[in-house]
Amino acid sequence: MIMYNSLQAIIEQAEKENVAISAIILRQTVTDTERSEEDIINQMARNLSVMKEAVAEGCKEGLKSISGLTGDWAFKVKSRFEAKQGFCGIFVGEVIYNALAVMHVNACMGRVVAAPTAGSCGILPGCLIALQNHHKLTDRQLIDGLLNASAIGMVIAKNATLSGAEGACQAECGSGAAMAASAITEIMGGTPSMCGIAAAQSLKGLMGLVCDPVAGLVEEPCIIRNATSAMVALCSAEMALSGIPSLIPVDEVIKAMDVVGKQLPVSLRETAEGGIAASPTGIKLAAGLQNNNRPSE
Amino acid sequence: MHIFDILGPIMIGPSSSHTAGVVRIGNVARRILGGTPSHALIQFHGSLAKTYWGHGSDKAIVAGLMGYLPDDMRIRDSLKLAKQNEFSYDIETVEFADGHPNTVILHLSCKESTNAFTLQAASVGGGNILVQKLNDIDVFFTGYYDTLIISHQDMPGAVSLVANVLAVEKINIAEMKLYRSKKGGTAIMVIEVDGHMEKRVVSALSSLPLIEKVTLLSGMSS
Repeated sequence: MIMYNSLQAIIEQAEKENVAISAIILRQTVTDTERSEEDIINQMARNLSVMKEAVAEGCKEGLKSISGLTGDWAFKVKSRFEAKQGFCGIFVGEVIYNALAVMHVNACMGRVVAAPTAGSCGILPGCLIALQNHHKLTDRQLIDGLLNASAIGMVIAKNATLSGAEGACQAECGSGAAMAASAITEIMGGTPSMCGIAAAQSLKGLMGLVCDPVAGLVEEPCIIRNATSAMVALCSAEMALSGIPSLIPVDEVIKAMDVVGKQLPVSLRETAEGGIAASPTGIKLAAGLQNNNRPSE
Repeated sequence: MHIFDILGPIMIGPSSSHTAGVVRIGNVARRILGGTPSHALIQFHGSLAKTYWGHGSDKAIVAGLMGYLPDDMRIRDSLKLAKQNEFSYDIETVEFADGHPNTVILHLSCKESTNAFTLQAASVGGGNILVQKLNDIDVFFTGYYDTLIISHQDMPGAVSLVANVLAVEKINIAEMKLYRSKKGGTAIMVIEVDGHMEKRVVSALSSLPLIEKVTLLSGMSS
């Protein structure tokens, strides 16, 4: 019986049975929801297809967010890589534009999967869909990755928070990166312990990240932060797969993230009163978007 | 909470609290009203009042009142679709003391019925909502479970009549609360149940004495 009180407990269970974290979570979800394994897999497959649709849609040219502040960012990065001008390598490039694409679809009132929130919905699909393209993975392998990621999210939700208003961006993008890092690690053949380490590294990499959306909208800096957080996830998975440990156990890192969230002032937790939201330009952009001063329909 | 609360919901962006949750508030209000309203006065309080336009909360509430679910692509065009369907609405921003930062108040009227109806609810994060007021009666339910909302005369025996029907149908009550504005007037019973409730239970309950109206809201978890 998995209670999601400790990631280490899930890791130990998986290693005792010599199975992946995803297998443990699938079995537990069947028990918790009284639904069949096939039913759970199908619902996760539906999540995956919505993620893929969002990636494809968000890479197109000419989409504008409802506020008019953002648009075409994924398209710009993708065009650069298609012209072979990107210096990062095509896999990394694809993760960047995938993550931007999903967040852009979100800003345009398109359909996304909260992962774990709408403000962090680009990281996990950004990483996994690029991984599928470059490593010829099956959808079933990606679904296992999503099951693995949801285990990390469940433990964080239970022992800390996933909400920007409570824990700032470290709780949204930090958790999204931790989930992606763990999922990548399992898919690329890492052990359950390595998954926990990858999650810990991402949370540490993004610890203290504030939530400071300009005008309170899920656009600036949320869109680019999904792409930068996806980089943290890749790096964390690569380090974990290389055998680098986390000197602080993952459950302690999760607790520390929760404490940091509580220590952050309210102005840095989704109130749009601090960080770049409170910068002179941030204030000016917000004033231009007041409800009575907006572009007409 | 289960894994699809973490990876999910599938929703129209950009915000689970300002968009997806607001659609659900509209859905709940529509279900209680029994159809699309002919007119809605929509009041946004707090953060919603300041940012409703940029988050598409106006489109979200109108879509919810028309019965679109949080993942429906038509949400984006709901204001135009409302016009085509002769559903008129006005949007106001309001401020009141002690309100949740994301509160919506809906004053709804329906052509078929002379009863105007008011609902107050908060979007509390992750697409979850909390219904706080039905007309002038304070209530408290989330819509996460299958929920029965039963208006009845505030007289002895009403609870046992309802409980008896649920017992016969082998429905386990997760939570049950009673609310009333004054003694002997109309009272509201809110019953949240485990598992899925069949519609025939509603007809069985509706035929009971003392019961004025029964509404079944299908839970978000089902």
